[in-house]
This record gives sequence, C-alpha cells and structure tokens, in this order.
Amino acid sequence: MGLGIEIRSRIARRAAQEISDGMIVNLGIGIPSLVANFLENKKNVMIQAENGILGIGKSPAKGLEDKNLCNAGGYPVTVCEGSSYFDSSIAFGMIRKGYIDMTILGALQVSEEGDLANWIVPGKIVPGMGGAMELAQKAKKVVVLMNHVTKKGEPKIMETCTLPLTSKACVQLIITDRAVIEVTNEGLVLTGIMSPFTVEEVIHSTAAPLKIRKEIEVIF
Amino acid sequence: MGQKVKKIEEVLDVIKSGSTIMIGGFGGIGNPPTLIQAILERGIRDLTIICNDTGFPAIGVGKLITNGRVKKVIVSHIGSNPIAGRLMEEGKLEVEFSPQGTLAERIRAGGVGLGGVLTDVGIDNEIVQKGKKIVEADGRKYLLETALTADTAIIFGKESDHFGNLIYDKSARNMNPLMAMAADYTIAEVESIVPDGSLDAESIITPGVFVQAVIKTDGVNWKWVWE
Repeated sequence: MGLGIEIRSRIARRAAQEISDGMIVNLGIGIPSLVANFLENKKNVMIQAENGILGIGKSPAKGLEDKNLCNAGGYPVTVCEGSSYFDSSIAFGMIRKGYIDMTILGALQVSEEGDLANWIVPGKIVPGMGGAMELAQKAKKVVVLMNHVTKKGEPKIMETCTLPLTSKACVQLIITDRAVIEVTNEGLVLTGIMSPFTVEEVIHSTAAPLKIRKEIEVIF
Repeated sequence: MGQKVKKIEEVLDVIKSGSTIMIGGFGGIGNPPTLIQAILERGIRDLTIICNDTGFPAIGVGKLITNGRVKKVIVSHIGSNPIAGRLMEEGKLEVEFSPQGTLAERIRAGGVGLGGVLTDVGIDNEIVQKGKKIVEADGRKYLLETALTADTAIIFGKESDHFGNLIYDKSARNMNPLMAMAADYTIAEVESIVPDGSLDAESIITPGVFVQAVIKTDGVNWKWVWE
C-alpha cells in the first residue's frame, strides 16, 4: 500500500465518521478493514464480511486469534453481540438484495462520474474482482479509501478511468491520504483536506476538475 | 446409516489427474489441509480447480498452484497469490473469473440441479458479460450464468457423524456447503467425527445425503499470514 499505519489509520478514522447508528457496513481488504477499529461511539452498527460474517468486532488481542474466524482479507477478527455466520451464497444474497447500507472499498482509479476501477492493472498481475462488483453495484453507498496518487505519483482521480471498470457511476465519496472528495451531479467537490496538504496541492494531484466547498474540513 | 467414515488412502483413488475438483475455503480458511497434502503427495496433476480464490503461495489451495498441479482455475480472485498471477501471465495457468457472489450461485445452482442463474451483476461490464446470453425476465435484463459442477468436491467442516451430516466453524464455512452439493463425489475433511445422533438435527448445515466420504483432518500444516 505504501502508506504508513498512522496515515492509513487517519483515513480509516475519517471513514468511520460516515457510518451512522444502525448501519450494515461491508469493509473491503486493506485500509477499509481498519475502519472496524474506530466505531466505539456507534450504536448497533453491524459489519458484514462477504466470507460469511455479519457482526464483526475489533481485532483480537495477540494470542487470542481464532484461525477459523477471519475477515475477507484473511486476518483474525472478533464478533459482536447478535452476530451470525453463513455461507457465501447468503453473504451475497444480503449484498444483491440491497441490505448493505455502505461499502468501503479500495480503488485503483475513480472517475469524476464515480466510475470505479479496482480489479485489473493491464500489463501486471490481474487480481480478479472478488466480491467488489456486487458490492459496488448493489450497496446503497460506496465509499472509496485509497492513496491519492500512484507509487509513481500519477493521479488516481481522473475525468475518465483508463483501467477496466469494476462498476459504473457507483462511488459517492472518496477519502485519500490528501483529501475528502464527494462525487455529486455537479462533479467532484473537495470537502476536506488531510493536514499538511493544501487545497492547491490536492488540485494539482487530481486529474479531474474539483469544485471547492466554502468551508473546508481540515483533518489532522 | 451409511458408513462413510474412511481412511484417506481409501478415498484418494476418486481424485484423478485431469479431473475437475471444487475446493472449499476462502483465503485458505476452510480449505481441507489433509486432502490438499495428499493430492500433492500422490502426484495428481492437470487439475481444473473451482475455488473462491487461489489462497496464498504456501497456504491451502495455493500449494497446488505453487507445485504446478493445476491447469485451470475458476475463481473470483487470485490477488493474494502472486505465483498464480505469474503463471497466468506466462500462459501456464488458465484463469476464469466470476464475480464472487455469481461464483457462489453458479456452484449452488449446480448443487441443486439447476442449469444456471440470472443476475444483473456485471451486466454493463464488457469483460464479465463477454460471451454470455442476455435474458429478459419481467422487463429486466439479466446475464445467464451457467451452473458449475465437479467430479469431486473436497471440503472442510467442524463435525460430521457417520452419515456425513456436517456442521462448520464460523468463517470457515464460506463456499463449503455449496460445493458439498455440487460434485459427483464429495469428501468432507472434518475436525471431529461424532457418534450418530449427537448432532442437533436443527443445526446441521449440510445433510449427509450430499456427502460420500468423511475423513478426519490432521490439521493445518501451514502458517497463517497473520502468524
């Protein structure tokens, strides 16, 4: 991923603010899985994992891991009160039927229309879509957490994705190590910046036009 | 009740080189370690594997890929196994991707005697919809996703009785109950074999009718990514 744990945690903490009491939320692999650690103040939030868990809790303490209780990334989790286990067809039944209020995913590219590309890098190893197509297409809200730019410093937020799409016009919010950007009918709106980045730096590292909200949130 | 509990040597003849096998598990969790090890030791090869993913290089089903025993995989994801990605690039491993929920339903369809399922997942995605029939039902468009079946399924459970009634353990359930139904011959590797009548009939996830053989696991012989 290339980002330090502090920066990854800051992105996850900001994403956790998007979650309201009572929501059913699916967390993707990588930075999104850290969001589960920032939900102390939420009531009745149920975290779903597509490998067959509804009601994930915090990460277990070292030594208390259960090898048969892991999230979709293969890392040990705990469960909260009211949790349940089920097979993969039920897991995706919940997703396709529209019970997931929010999915928080990683991305390779996002377009100003909210198109999501996160499953193929041409000329490199093809990871496959996993469960991302169902989640992107069927969750009520799609939030993307990612690095603002690639390892080579190229923008990942652009007018049109150049990589094969996972799903069209599905992303509603992008949170990166530099900014918080909403995808709206009027295009991308910059609503927050991650200190110490400036609005100018964010505009410069984004390959799509950004409208700037009057009152910008600064996240430390 | 049928006596399905077997020694591993008795069941391995069922798995032939060149055959299609379903392997339960998700990121290695719920893969049957003892059966995978036995396939490696027997030299079984040219397999077509239907699995959620290709595990990690030294974990679960990933070991079969790493050891060059697999010619084709039908999966949703290979990202956690760079060796699978490299073999795919080199043209040594054929990879067919299905969106994960679609893969689960294709297996379930095969397991319950259906020819396929209709889904709109990936319908506007040129890679996913390529070569698939579009069917209109009740005024909406769907992709026709065909059912998957296999010669053998090797799955992992927590407990079995002698009839093959199965319960699973937490997130190690994943694709296992679906695959148990979808193969001509299903071998369940379980943590414990319990006396008939001791499983609560209300809690059984896979009825034993779908299971042809049960073996006791020797346990996982790999280190998990988090260890």
